[in-house]
Amino acid sequence: MASVDVRKAVKRFGTVEILHGIDVTIDNGTFVVLLGPSGCGKSTLLRMIAGLEEISAGEIAIDGKVVNNVPPKDRDIAMVFQNYALYPHMKVAENMAFGLKLRGVDAPTIDKKVREAAAILNLSPLLDRYPRQLSGGQRQRVAMGRAIVRDPQVFLFDEPLSNLDAKLRVQMRTEIRELHQRLRSTSIYVTHDQIEAMTMADKIVVMRDGHIEQQGAPLEVYDRPNNLFVAGFIGSPAMNLVSGAVRRANGTASVVTDDGLVLPVPPGAPAQEGAKVVYGIRPDHIELTSGQGALDVEVAVVEPTGAETLVVGKYGKSDIQAAFRERHAFKPGQRVPLMPMLDKVHLFDAGSGQRLG
Amino acid sequence: MASTATTVDPRAGAALERLGRWLDNRTVLSVLFMLPAASLLLLFLTYPLILGVWMGFTDVKIGRPGVFIGFENYISLFQDGVFLLSVFNTIVYTVVATVLKFGLGLWLALLLNHHIPLKAYVRAFVLLPYIIPTVLSAIAFWWIYDAQFSIISWALTQMGLLDAYIDFLGQPWNARWSVIAANVWRGIPFVAICLLAGLQTISPSLYEAAALDGANSWQRFWHVTVPMLMPILAVVLTFSVLFTFTDFQLIYAITRGGPLNSTHLMATLAFQRAIPGGQLGEGAAIATAMIPFLVGATVFSYYGLQRRKWQQGSADD
Repeated sequence: MASVDVRKAVKRFGTVEILHGIDVTIDNGTFVVLLGPSGCGKSTLLRMIAGLEEISAGEIAIDGKVVNNVPPKDRDIAMVFQNYALYPHMKVAENMAFGLKLRGVDAPTIDKKVREAAAILNLSPLLDRYPRQLSGGQRQRVAMGRAIVRDPQVFLFDEPLSNLDAKLRVQMRTEIRELHQRLRSTSIYVTHDQIEAMTMADKIVVMRDGHIEQQGAPLEVYDRPNNLFVAGFIGSPAMNLVSGAVRRANGTASVVTDDGLVLPVPPGAPAQEGAKVVYGIRPDHIELTSGQGALDVEVAVVEPTGAETLVVGKYGKSDIQAAFRERHAFKPGQRVPLMPMLDKVHLFDAGSGQRLG
Repeated sequence: MASTATTVDPRAGAALERLGRWLDNRTVLSVLFMLPAASLLLLFLTYPLILGVWMGFTDVKIGRPGVFIGFENYISLFQDGVFLLSVFNTIVYTVVATVLKFGLGLWLALLLNHHIPLKAYVRAFVLLPYIIPTVLSAIAFWWIYDAQFSIISWALTQMGLLDAYIDFLGQPWNARWSVIAANVWRGIPFVAICLLAGLQTISPSLYEAAALDGANSWQRFWHVTVPMLMPILAVVLTFSVLFTFTDFQLIYAITRGGPLNSTHLMATLAFQRAIPGGQLGEGAAIATAMIPFLVGATVFSYYGLQRRKWQQGSADD
């Protein structure tokens, strides 16, 4: 077990700068998810921690020791690759034993460790198979087994679930989480899937274009997104974002959209009269109401998922999505009165995209 | 379309329909489609092969049809010192050249697999020896090995490393090494490009996983590259052995089997006995005698190297 400190890490490929000074601290025993769209540099950062990519500037320390010039094999880390990277010519047991064998561990110890890891991961009946004879989920588990037997200080996961089908992905998510709770090993997990990030992480690090946009506990990031990018990226269905200007009158506040419609804002909202803002409200924070001041939304599509009903509609020219726990049989074209929960409204500066208040 | 149907004679219509049904039969159809290719193979491969084997059992000479004489040709060949020498030469030539071609070819492939500037051009350049017509490169080697005008001897004497010119093609072992060198030079590109193709199919993440597992570069080569390359290595090895064993052009252009038959391969000897010598039956027997060697080499590499359990699906457990 160890902590990982990334300080002002920069990565350049030739003249192109991919990471622009990343600062992250991964505490001992925590599960940290690097989240971002493809090309944001999250995998590069992971590979720099692994030692597979050089660090152009700044430093990375594992367990307090700077490892910039330490080769991957001496960093005491294990990595689970997106394509699993199992050795196709070795059986499952040999795949798991390979790292120990290279380190000169004696055969009985290797055998014991492989059997233990196989028992944890339900791989015991498969030890004599070749990777080719395994299903995707089983290969995924072998890849994790290969990491576990080494008992490394840090586990690195590079989008390990993206090659699995949806159902298996949910199952493996839980398994990885359970495994972490059992082993309490420091883990860094890269994904572009925000659901994976929300469900698995102790801490989420949201990245874009080589910068960190926000880091924090999953619900903290969900409840108080720092900026428009995080607001739009985290949460499914995505947060409704409508641009407009703040208007204050008679002690009330509202946002007037570009096409002149009104969105309610709590009176204490930290925005000046006339300020250009983006108004954000999550679909599940919109209620059906009969009260005053409701938004008159025209239903375009109704998408029942069973657990909830997603209503996609138009409020003026703006697209609005609302999610209800109840089932509603709205017809396309029908007008329904909807109301955002005032205490759940997010306001962002239209120019900088930063959160207001 | 109804009008055309009424104009057809009903009997002809029925015949067409039968033909149509017949053509719908999978077996009939597949035989029909294979016929053009199969007839070419039968005419130009199978027929000469069978004819050659048959001629080996006769005493046919140019201009005189022979009679069946059983194993007489083979019996006399096994008492023929020149034939036995050619078998020895062929085996030395094949084994030494193949080992060198694979050693150097793999090395070259590993070098070319790195990120180097102008990669595509360098790779194309490497293929040059392979695309030059064999006889042209053989003639170039003939000059390189010439007793009087050899550039190697000239260069070495100019550098002061040598007092007298080397007699490349005049001494038996000198001549053997010389033709082997020419064959290796010509064969390396084929091996290197094939193995390069194999190297490029190996996922880089396997090397990364091995590096994290603690493997140094030699261990990565031994535990990842070699096993992953084995299937394609087996195929290339088989082809290379077959081509080297049956080589004719290089030898015939550089030494014609000399000196003292020391570079005669089975293929050149077969030609010499059969065509200039006129002993078609004996030449055919020599050529036929190559078949067991070739089958042996193919079977060895096919079963010994190519089939790997890990490559097969789950059914073959």
